[in-house]
Amino acid sequence: MAKYDFVVAVGGAPGQGIETLGKSLGQICARYGLYVYTYSAYQSLIRGGHTFLTIRISSEPVENHGDEIDLIIALDRDSIEKHVPHVKPGGALIYNIDDVKQEPERDDIQLCGIPYKKFSSGIEDRKLQKTILNTCLLATAMNMVGADLKVLEEIIISALLKRKGQEVVDANITVATAGYEHAAEHFTGFDAQFEKQEPPLAFVDGNSAMAMGGAAAGVKFYCAYPMSPSTGVLHWMAANARNLNIMVRQCEDEISVINMVIGAAHVGCRAMCATSGGGFALMSEAIGSAAMMEIPIVVINVQRGGPSTGLPTKTEQGDLWQLLGASQGDFPKIIVAPTSIMDGFHTMPEIFNLVDKFQCPGMVLSDLTLSMGFTTFDPETLNWQPEIDRGEYITELDQTDEEYLRYKITDSGVSPRAIPGTPGHVHVVATDDHDEDGGLISDEFTNPHKRRDIMEKRQRKMEGIVKLLPPPTFEGPEDAEITLIGWGSTKGVINEAVQLLNDAGTTANQIHFKWLYPIDEDTINAVLEKATNPIIVECNYTGQFARFLRSETGFKADGHIRKYDGEPFMPHHIADGARELLKGKTDLYVPYQEIVV
Amino acid sequence: MAKKERPIKGAPTAKDFKGDVNPDWCPGCGDFGVLSALQIAYAKTGNGIHDHLTVSGIGCSSNLPGFINTYGMHTLHGRSLAVATGAKLGNHELNVVVTGGDGDGYGIGGNHFIHTMRKNIDLLYIVMNNETYGLTVGQASPTTVVGERTKSTPFGNIETPLNPVAMAIVAGATYVARGFSSERSQLAELMYEGMQHKGFSFIDVISPCVTWKDDEIYDFWKERVNSLENHDTSDKTAALEQAVKTGHDTQIGLFYHDTTRLSLDQSEPVLETGPMAQQTAGVTPEQASAIIQRMM
Repeated sequence: MAKYDFVVAVGGAPGQGIETLGKSLGQICARYGLYVYTYSAYQSLIRGGHTFLTIRISSEPVENHGDEIDLIIALDRDSIEKHVPHVKPGGALIYNIDDVKQEPERDDIQLCGIPYKKFSSGIEDRKLQKTILNTCLLATAMNMVGADLKVLEEIIISALLKRKGQEVVDANITVATAGYEHAAEHFTGFDAQFEKQEPPLAFVDGNSAMAMGGAAAGVKFYCAYPMSPSTGVLHWMAANARNLNIMVRQCEDEISVINMVIGAAHVGCRAMCATSGGGFALMSEAIGSAAMMEIPIVVINVQRGGPSTGLPTKTEQGDLWQLLGASQGDFPKIIVAPTSIMDGFHTMPEIFNLVDKFQCPGMVLSDLTLSMGFTTFDPETLNWQPEIDRGEYITELDQTDEEYLRYKITDSGVSPRAIPGTPGHVHVVATDDHDEDGGLISDEFTNPHKRRDIMEKRQRKMEGIVKLLPPPTFEGPEDAEITLIGWGSTKGVINEAVQLLNDAGTTANQIHFKWLYPIDEDTINAVLEKATNPIIVECNYTGQFARFLRSETGFKADGHIRKYDGEPFMPHHIADGARELLKGKTDLYVPYQEIVV
Repeated sequence: MAKKERPIKGAPTAKDFKGDVNPDWCPGCGDFGVLSALQIAYAKTGNGIHDHLTVSGIGCSSNLPGFINTYGMHTLHGRSLAVATGAKLGNHELNVVVTGGDGDGYGIGGNHFIHTMRKNIDLLYIVMNNETYGLTVGQASPTTVVGERTKSTPFGNIETPLNPVAMAIVAGATYVARGFSSERSQLAELMYEGMQHKGFSFIDVISPCVTWKDDEIYDFWKERVNSLENHDTSDKTAALEQAVKTGHDTQIGLFYHDTTRLSLDQSEPVLETGPMAQQTAGVTPEQASAIIQRMM
C-alpha cells in the first residue's frame, strides 16, 4: 500500500462539538490502525469564538499537523467564509447548506453542501437536533474517505448509550446514515481511501500520556490548580484516582500545590504536579526548597504564550529561562523536554528515577502543542511496568550503631534518605541551610566551612546526574549542507522539514535536545561538531535555547528560525526558512502564519 | 536533633521529646512555654518519637522543630500547612503537628490557613501569636492592635487586626481553642486533645514577645485572660460569641469541638487500604488494559 497521508480540518464555534467530532474521527482511525496527529487552534471561551481543529491521518507514525488540508468540515457559516481558501486544490469542503445563501466560490475543490434541516427534521428535540450536526458531517466525510459507517455507529453507541440513552443514539445514527448516503450519491470520494492496518491503535492526548506515564512510574500523590493548557493532567488523574489508588487533590493555589507535593514526597510517595508558566512562577520558591531539603519531586510545566497570563490557548517555548532560573541560589535540578506526545509517557519514569536517585526537583517542560495534541499509538509500545529506582531510601530500623545524618557528606553528594515514621532515624529537614545533621547554620551557628561543605555536597549530585543523561540525537546524513537544531516538542515537525529539504535537493540533518539541564559541555560539543550551517529552530522571540546553548557550550548557530505568534510550526515554515537562511542575507527567519483562526 | 535516637525504654516521657539543640529564643519568650507544653502532649500520646512529624514555617516560633525530638520539617515562610497536608495525606498514620507564628500563619500563609480548615485535614495547628514580626525585628503583624507603634507603623497601626479564633470557627476547623503560654498545663491538655481529635485542630496561643512589646506584657495578658466556663463546645454560635470577646473579656480554653464531621483522610476511599506511601505503586497489567480499552 502506498503511503496514506490525508489532512481533515474542522471549523466551528465552541459548543458545536468539534472536540467530540475530532475524538470520534481519531477513534475511527485508531480502529483502522491509522496514525493520527491533531492540533486544535482555539480561543479562551466556553461559548462563542472560533475553533479550528486539524487532524492529520497517515499510514505511518506522524508527529505534526502537516502543511496542507485535503478536507474541511465547516460547522457554521463563519467557518465556511474563513476556511474556504485553506482547502488545497482537488480537496473538498463539507458544510450545511442551511448556513449559506449561495455556494462558496471555489471551482477547484468539491463543494459538498448537506441539507441538514431535511435530514434532521424527524428529531423533535430542537437542542439535540442542533448539537448533532457534527455527527452528520463527520459521516459525510467518512464516506468520502472510504471509512465504514459501522465503526462510527459502534463509537456512538459506546459513548452515548449509557450516558444519554437510546433516543440520543438513534438520532445520531439517523443523521449519520443520511449524511453518509447523501455523500455516496452526490459526491466523489477521494482517490486515497482508508485501508485497515494491523495492529489497531489507541487514541490519546499529550496531557493524558504524561499522566499515564506518571501513574506507571508509581505516582501516589498528584495535586494541581487548574490552568490551561495543563489541566488535562489533572482531569486524567482525577478520573483514574480511585481505580489506581492515587491521592488526587485540587488546591487553593499553585503555592499550595507544590508544597503539598513536597510534603507527600517527604513521607515516601512519588509525587508530582502540573501547571503552566504563571502557576510555575508561583511555585518557584518551593522548587528551591525541595532542592535544599533534598526531597525528590516532579513538576510539569505546559508552556503557553507569555509573558503574564499571555495567550492561554496558544503555544510557545518561552519558559526555558524561567525554569533555568527558577528560585534563588544554586541547586541541583533536572530539566527535560519530551519530544513527542508518546515520549511524554516514557519520560515520566525516567525523570522519577533520576530525582529519586539524586533527591532533587525535576522539571518536565511540555507545551500546548504537545499537551493538547492527540495521537494514535500501538498499545504494545507502552511499558506499564518500567524499572523503578527509588535511590538510597530507608524505611526500616537498621542495626548499626552509627549515628544517622540526613545530610551526610558523601562523594556522590547523595545521602541516604530516611522516611518519617522510620524508627531510629529521627531528624529535621530544613529550608534554611544546615549541617550534615539538619541543624541550621544560618542563625547562631553560622559557619562558613560547614556552608561550603554542604553546598559542595549538594552540587556534586550534578556530576552524577549529567553522566546519566543521554546526549542529543543526531539524525540524517553526516555531510549535509544544513543542520537544524531544536528542542522538545518540535522534533517531529523539524524532522519532516528535513525530509522536505532533502526531497527538494537541499541536504539536511537534525540535532535534537530532550535532556536540557544539566548538560556536559564535552558531550554536547561532540554532537554539535557534526553540524554544518547550523540553524536553531524554536518557538519564542529571543532564542532562549540558542542563548542557553551558547552560555553552556560557547556554540553559536549561523541562523535562527523563530515563531512567537502563538501557532505551532508547520513543516514548510522551517524548510522555507532554512532555504532562505542558506542564502546568507539574514540570520533570522520568522515564518508567516497562513491559517488564522 | 538528628543524632542516633537515644534508646528509650517503654513509652517516651516529655524529657525524651527534648531536642539536642537549645532554643535560640530571647529569655522570657512565651514560646518556651509552648514548646514545653507540646513535649508533654506528645508524651501523653504514648507513641514513639518517630511516629510524630512537627512541621513549621519561618519566624521565631517556627524554629521549634529544631528544638523538639521528633521528625521535623522546617519549611518556607507561610507554607507549613500545605507541606503538612501533603505529608498527612501521604502517610495519615503519622501524627502531624504544625507550629508557627501569626505572621507566618495569618499573613503570608493566610490562604492555606482558610483552605486547610475548610478541608478539615487531620492536623494540629499551633500558632504562637505574639502580635508582631519578631525575627524581622518588630513590624506590625495581622494581629497587631490598632494604634500600636511598631517599626512599620511609627505613627500607630491603622489596620484592624483579624480574629483567628472566630475565623477558624467560621472557616470550618472542627477543634478550635485559645491558650496562653503561661498556662502550661491547660495548654498541654488542649494540645493533647487536639492531637486526639480527628480533623483540623487549631490552637491560637497568646505567646508574648518580650523584646518588641512593653516590659509589662505578661501582666497585660494575665489581667485580660479568662478561662471559658459553662460553655457548650458543640454550639457553634455560642463558640463564635465567646471568640469575639476581646480586651479584659478575652477567653481561653476550648471554644468549639465538632465530633460529627469526617476529616478528609476519613472521607477519601483511596486510603482504605492503608497510608499512600505504603501502598503498592504503579499500574497492573489488568489496570493498564482497562485504561487502553477506553482509548480505542
